[in-house]
Amino acid sequence: MHLDAKLPAGPLDAKWARHRAALRLVSPANKRKYHVIVVGSGLAGASAAASLAELGYQVSCFCFQDSPRRAHSIAAQGGINAAKNYQNDGDSAERLFTDTIKGGDFRSREANVYRLSEVSVNIIDQCVAQGVPFAREYGGMLANRSFGGAQVSRTFYARGQTGQQLLIGAYQALERQIGLGAVKMYERHEMLDLVVVDGKARGIVVRDLITGEMSSHAGDAVVLGTGGYGNVFYLSTNAKGSNVTAAFRAYKRGAGFANPCFTQIHPTCIPVSGDYQSKLTLMSESLRNDGRVWVPLKQGDTRAPGDIPEAERDYYLERKYPSYGNLAPRDISSRAAKEACDDGRGVGPGGRGVYLDFAAAIARLGEDTIRERYGNLFDMYAQITGENPYKVPMRIYPAVHYTMGGLWVDYNLMSNLPGLHVIGEANFSDHGANRLGASALMQGLADGYFVLPYTIGDYLASNKLAPVDTSHDAFRVAEAEAKAATDRFLAINGTRTVDSFHRELGQLMWEKCGMARDRAGLEEALRRIPELRAEFWSNLKVLGTSDSLNQSLEKAGRVADYMEFAELMCRDALEREESCGGHFRTEYQTADGEALRDDAHFAHVAVWGYEGPDAPPTRHREELEFEFIKLATRSYK
Amino acid sequence: MSDMKLTLKVWRQAGPSAPGAFKSYPASANEHMSFLEMLDVVNEDLQEQGEEPIAFDHDCREGICGSCSLVINGSPHGPKGGVTTCQLHMRSFKNGDEIVIEPWRAKSFPVLRDLVVDRSPLDRIIAAGGFISVPTGAPPDGNAIPVAKEDSDRAMDAAACIGCGACVAACPNASAMLFTSAKVVHLSLMPQGQPERNRRVLAMVNAMDEEGFGGCTNYGECQAACPKEISVENIALMNREFLRATLHDRDGAPRVAGTM
Repeated sequence: MHLDAKLPAGPLDAKWARHRAALRLVSPANKRKYHVIVVGSGLAGASAAASLAELGYQVSCFCFQDSPRRAHSIAAQGGINAAKNYQNDGDSAERLFTDTIKGGDFRSREANVYRLSEVSVNIIDQCVAQGVPFAREYGGMLANRSFGGAQVSRTFYARGQTGQQLLIGAYQALERQIGLGAVKMYERHEMLDLVVVDGKARGIVVRDLITGEMSSHAGDAVVLGTGGYGNVFYLSTNAKGSNVTAAFRAYKRGAGFANPCFTQIHPTCIPVSGDYQSKLTLMSESLRNDGRVWVPLKQGDTRAPGDIPEAERDYYLERKYPSYGNLAPRDISSRAAKEACDDGRGVGPGGRGVYLDFAAAIARLGEDTIRERYGNLFDMYAQITGENPYKVPMRIYPAVHYTMGGLWVDYNLMSNLPGLHVIGEANFSDHGANRLGASALMQGLADGYFVLPYTIGDYLASNKLAPVDTSHDAFRVAEAEAKAATDRFLAINGTRTVDSFHRELGQLMWEKCGMARDRAGLEEALRRIPELRAEFWSNLKVLGTSDSLNQSLEKAGRVADYMEFAELMCRDALEREESCGGHFRTEYQTADGEALRDDAHFAHVAVWGYEGPDAPPTRHREELEFEFIKLATRSYK
Repeated sequence: MSDMKLTLKVWRQAGPSAPGAFKSYPASANEHMSFLEMLDVVNEDLQEQGEEPIAFDHDCREGICGSCSLVINGSPHGPKGGVTTCQLHMRSFKNGDEIVIEPWRAKSFPVLRDLVVDRSPLDRIIAAGGFISVPTGAPPDGNAIPVAKEDSDRAMDAAACIGCGACVAACPNASAMLFTSAKVVHLSLMPQGQPERNRRVLAMVNAMDEEGFGGCTNYGECQAACPKEISVENIALMNREFLRATLHDRDGAPRVAGTM
């Protein structure tokens, strides 16, 4: 596998400007001759599709939801980072860059992260111009809050619905282009294969989820903005439909999959309540601005929280990480919660929970201020648990939230497969081994608004693309394969439902490849996943037909991919013999239980290449060079 | 926590042109389950018995994507105010209840299967004018134009709409006035939305009529059903915007009749 990151030379703060100036352009009159396929309509996909159409390209955009406005970016709560320094607290692109590299535990590319920090300021301007109703101060200026892993206030927000408002902004821009006829939108269509012609990505095969009809779409470039794979764990904060299918099928067609084991476990989610549980609900990290995390000092303390005196509480984040306190980064906060619970000091049913307590903030600021800041989150909590968080502390526990791994891309956001571009959570770039809060929205929109529209033009201008349409054999073959795979699910006629397999796989992954991993557990998972997969293919029960709306059939396709992808994740976790960010191998830790990196052997991106159904995948490396920032042990103490 | 035994009466319909009918199913639940988790369990049981599961739209399951869309005992999103179906928990029901579950019912939202309907008309209303025409590029600094906190907050109240369509399902006229007005009001309150203010409201109201939605006759059912508690005040504000735009009609947007 050829991995050339195409990182520009020169000083860090000049790389993107120089690179951009050197990119080849497509003339305005020629842009309409190019057809770009965008899969996914979240922050990355919608912003890219709208921006490309504005430039004059013909764009087709696909989403599996019934409207592009429903992509899962909509659920992001707390905010979006930008190095505006509006608070005069010393923020800058350099500081956001440093925080992001450090937060990612030195497993991301300097050049990419610096570019992200630079364009972060443009995103806010763009969204304000679109009419996004960001929170404002009385003087009319934009308001900010703080997020984990930062000592400045750089997070912009729209109540607890920042993702919704940013996505609606991008969606409105996209709908405008749809109305103008510049984007052809395909809702309720799921991508089932990537079509590669002469070594270049030239189209996709999709299934219409209403009629079941398979169809092919040819283009000059394909852009995947298809999100992350957190649902491999079954329970996560992702939407039920979020899946790895588009990315995984691109991997099977030759795209490298980078760092699949880098998953983010979010520290503040509502704990599991029973075995019928279908998803986990996040409580925004912004709550840690005012909430204090604690567990009882004593093991097995079953007193009500209000009956436990101050002296018998352990505010463990404040104790262990005094300089960041309750705003320690996500990976560290999650692991600390797990340790407290493993130590028998967890609270609530099953002892898998810790308190997030607002009593001090309510005493200091009053209930009204807290309601204004977090009202919708408090309501959501009360709705789910039946408890009033203004009166009793919230109970929270870590849950799978985001995946830093994804398809490998170069500085131009193109995978090793020419023509295949990958944006947003679906790619691996920028967050290293741990993403900082409020940085996912930033990256999705940076990719879609301000990076891809430039770099894709360079690809189109630099390559002579032979005319290809859907009558090409490659499309016929891919379509027939997709049809056969779909029909195969219906023919098994076994006894177990898709969900029952998905739950079992998810439980296994959570236990063996979750917040803490070790060799023995990963090896066991690598034995058990193929057994479960074999049972899946021989004992699955999917009713109905393939020529109608069939939600079990849709799920079967996604779970089939998870059954293979889970193995890739465990393999990656096993081979990475160090701890970094969200990847914590219990064999590699410091005396006080912090992650122990091995920069000598693992300061690289692990990129997996598919070698066919009967051979193990191959592991390739992109070495990470740290030219501008010194490799150091992260400390939030 | 006590287990409840329930009887569901669910609308089953094999396809857009197939006839539909209610079917009864027994269900059991505990108070911590969400309504959709209760349906998940029913669907697992149905499949084990060889019957196709009940199709329903859902995705985020935290009340923000706007996918879920069930009429429960006659009320869109069920009996509890201010929540979506996915946020409705079974503690709102009691042992022995019979629960009637139907799809959104409106001429403009044809049933695709069981409880799944086609809500694409709402997207087309947005495509007609529910945006600010600002291409990606180099807009002014975010703080260049101050926005009064009161305006931003009121705009956010309207912008909280999740586009689920409960307002349409609740309205005896199947009107989309609450949905349309929420977007018109959000953008007309922002200084950035001023240049297209007249054109926007005329185009969106026109699109709303073309999609076959009914007019507003002030029932107010939409606000009662809205999971985000969007106020009917927005409809009054949109009517004012519409009148203003009709009188001005400066910028060449189509002059439309009716819908006042």
